[in-house]
Amino acid sequence: MSVPIVYYLILSAFMFIVGVAGVLTRRNAIVVFMSVELMLNSANLTLITFSSFMGNPVGQLFVFFVMTVAAAEAAVGLAIIIALFRNKQTVNIDEINILKW
Amino acid sequence: MTRKSFMINLMYLTVLLPLLGFIINGAFGSKISAIGGSADGRKNEKVIGIIGSGVIGLSFLITVFAFFQTLALPVEQRKTIINLFTWLKVSSLDISFAYQVDQLSLIMALIVTGVGFIIHVYSIGYMHGDKSFWRFFAYMNLFIFAMMNLILADNFVLLFLGWEGVGLCSYLLIGFWYDRKFEKGTTGDAAKKAFVVNRIGDFGFLLGMFLIYLTFNSLNFSDVFTKASSFGVPETTFTFIALFLFIGATGKSAQIPLFVWLPDAMAGPTPVSALIHAATMVTAGVYMVARCSIIFASAPAILTVVAVIGTLTALFAATIGVVQNDIKKVLAYSTISQLGYMFLAMGVGAFSAGIFHVMTHAFFKALLFLGAGSVIHSMHEEQDIQHYGGLRKHMPKTAGTFLIAALAISGIPPLSGFFSKDEILWYSFANGGFLFWLIGALTAFITAFYMFRLYFLTFEGKERFKHDKHPHESPGVMTIPLIILAILSAIGGFIGIPELFSGEHGNIFEGWLEPVFANAERKLMFYGMHTHFEEILLMTISVVGVIASIYFVRYIYLKKPSIANNTAKKFKSIYNLLWNKYFVDEIYDATVINPVVKTSDSFLWKIADNKIIDGLVNGIASLIGSTSGIIRKIQTGVAQSYAVIMMVGIAAALFWIIFSL
Repeated sequence: MSVPIVYYLILSAFMFIVGVAGVLTRRNAIVVFMSVELMLNSANLTLITFSSFMGNPVGQLFVFFVMTVAAAEAAVGLAIIIALFRNKQTVNIDEINILKW
Repeated sequence: MTRKSFMINLMYLTVLLPLLGFIINGAFGSKISAIGGSADGRKNEKVIGIIGSGVIGLSFLITVFAFFQTLALPVEQRKTIINLFTWLKVSSLDISFAYQVDQLSLIMALIVTGVGFIIHVYSIGYMHGDKSFWRFFAYMNLFIFAMMNLILADNFVLLFLGWEGVGLCSYLLIGFWYDRKFEKGTTGDAAKKAFVVNRIGDFGFLLGMFLIYLTFNSLNFSDVFTKASSFGVPETTFTFIALFLFIGATGKSAQIPLFVWLPDAMAGPTPVSALIHAATMVTAGVYMVARCSIIFASAPAILTVVAVIGTLTALFAATIGVVQNDIKKVLAYSTISQLGYMFLAMGVGAFSAGIFHVMTHAFFKALLFLGAGSVIHSMHEEQDIQHYGGLRKHMPKTAGTFLIAALAISGIPPLSGFFSKDEILWYSFANGGFLFWLIGALTAFITAFYMFRLYFLTFEGKERFKHDKHPHESPGVMTIPLIILAILSAIGGFIGIPELFSGEHGNIFEGWLEPVFANAERKLMFYGMHTHFEEILLMTISVVGVIASIYFVRYIYLKKPSIANNTAKKFKSIYNLLWNKYFVDEIYDATVINPVVKTSDSFLWKIADNKIIDGLVNGIASLIGSTSGIIRKIQTGVAQSYAVIMMVGIAAALFWIIFSL
């Protein structure tokens, strides 16, 4: 008797909502960044779930792609945060609001 | 095509060679001037001059050969069409670069290349030392190229190409000395005036072309003229086509009301005046009317208009010429007057007489202008005949040739002008009516008057110039062209001896052109109900009148110069009227130019452009600016607020998708 698919999906949705809440509410850029990773992994979980339940390996294949992209993104994102810190002496994204008119 | 007529098929070279000359002198002329580096650049001037006149000379030779080969052909084969390539093809419109070599275009080509060549050679001497020597020859070659297109074209569009091309070259050459003063402005103003006035005429010509295409569904000469000579097209249509075409002709050929540009065109170098504004370009309108003779013959009302305008222009311009003091101005008004004669000929259906006058006029008017150029050249740019006098002993060749030309234009037998002018006068009497003849003859007397006033004041009598001027005869490169033209002016008329004298052979010139105008003449159906006695009588009257006129002017200006001044004082108002050229320029200023300028300035510029158009554009810009000023507040710059909006958007989209399923 395997675990029903709904459980996986609920877990995945929960992880995603935690990630969204983290991105929207936290002030520290690093934490926001980690929340983004959380959202990505929740998406990965969904992909694995469906792949396993439908007996289709394509989903697992996608996960590897997502992980690759996530790794690359992490490298670029962290580099940006470091560069930002060097310029502004802060990683508090409330204080970083130059992205406007 | 047989081997015997191969030169006719080479006629397209007469168009291409001048173009080649233009390209060589235009593109490399400044380089040619620069190499060698002789201090006065004289050696290189020769190279440029030889290229420039050489191509025209070659064209002339080809034309001469083609002419004799055509002459050897039987009459019905004398029209050759050389189709080079298709230019435009849009549904039923099919325009080719095709040249038509027939009796009329050959005559015109002979005039243009022949007189053109002589004037090119003359220019080598006249333009010597000019800083833009090469540019002059480039423009002159371009002019011949355009003019050859105009006269050899076998369709209206190609003719129009040449028509506009000669207008452009006229503009470029009038303003050739763009840094010189001319009257109240610069030569550039004169050039612009010529161009704008010509454009008004061209507009009429374009309308005529549109109407031709609408009516005949073709712009090809042979198609149009064949359809025009068969019945089925209402006369009203012909009337409008002919009217529009004639408006075009009045612009190009300086007739009332569009003649005002020609006197100002004298701002250009004198060879230009001789070539473009006397011998060739200004006769383009006459040529066009002759070419479209069948259309004009189908619109008798417009034919009468042509005759009336021609007659009035002839008289009008001749009277102005009587009082002018600028040597070139007198000749300019004389040209307008002679062009009036040609249109009179067209208007009374004497097409070949008109073309005959085009030819003789090209000889003697080119000679007059070149003679005037020779005088101006030796008098250091002095153009006022009041400051000439007694030049005959300083420059005998110029004086002698000028005298021949003056006799020819006055119509003294047996010089060329006599035959062509009396031919026109006779036809205007026979086909038009007594009044046309009377005004024509009167104009002939006035012509003799102003021409000999010019001659006597310039070459005879006391020397009235300052002693720092040392008039001298021009070099051979200038006097030889004068002599050649003088010979042509003297004997050129013999190819058109009227039937009256030549007997059974008839008029050779008219016989040659007869096939071109046969349809038009058949349509007009003038019956010669006049006797030879009348012809001789009229001829005698005009010749006696002209001789009397010459003696009269000799008496006034050589024996009793005071008479001229007294008459001018006595009839001061008339004198002022003539001196100011009937105030035509002023009338145009007051009725057309000033209103246009004022409306443009006060309404079109300051209100329509500055307020309405600029206001509209600026208003839209500031509207967008202020709107975006409000909208841009949404951009907070806080990344998380963007993320919130994105999330809300995605959630909304998801709900939409899920619940709409």
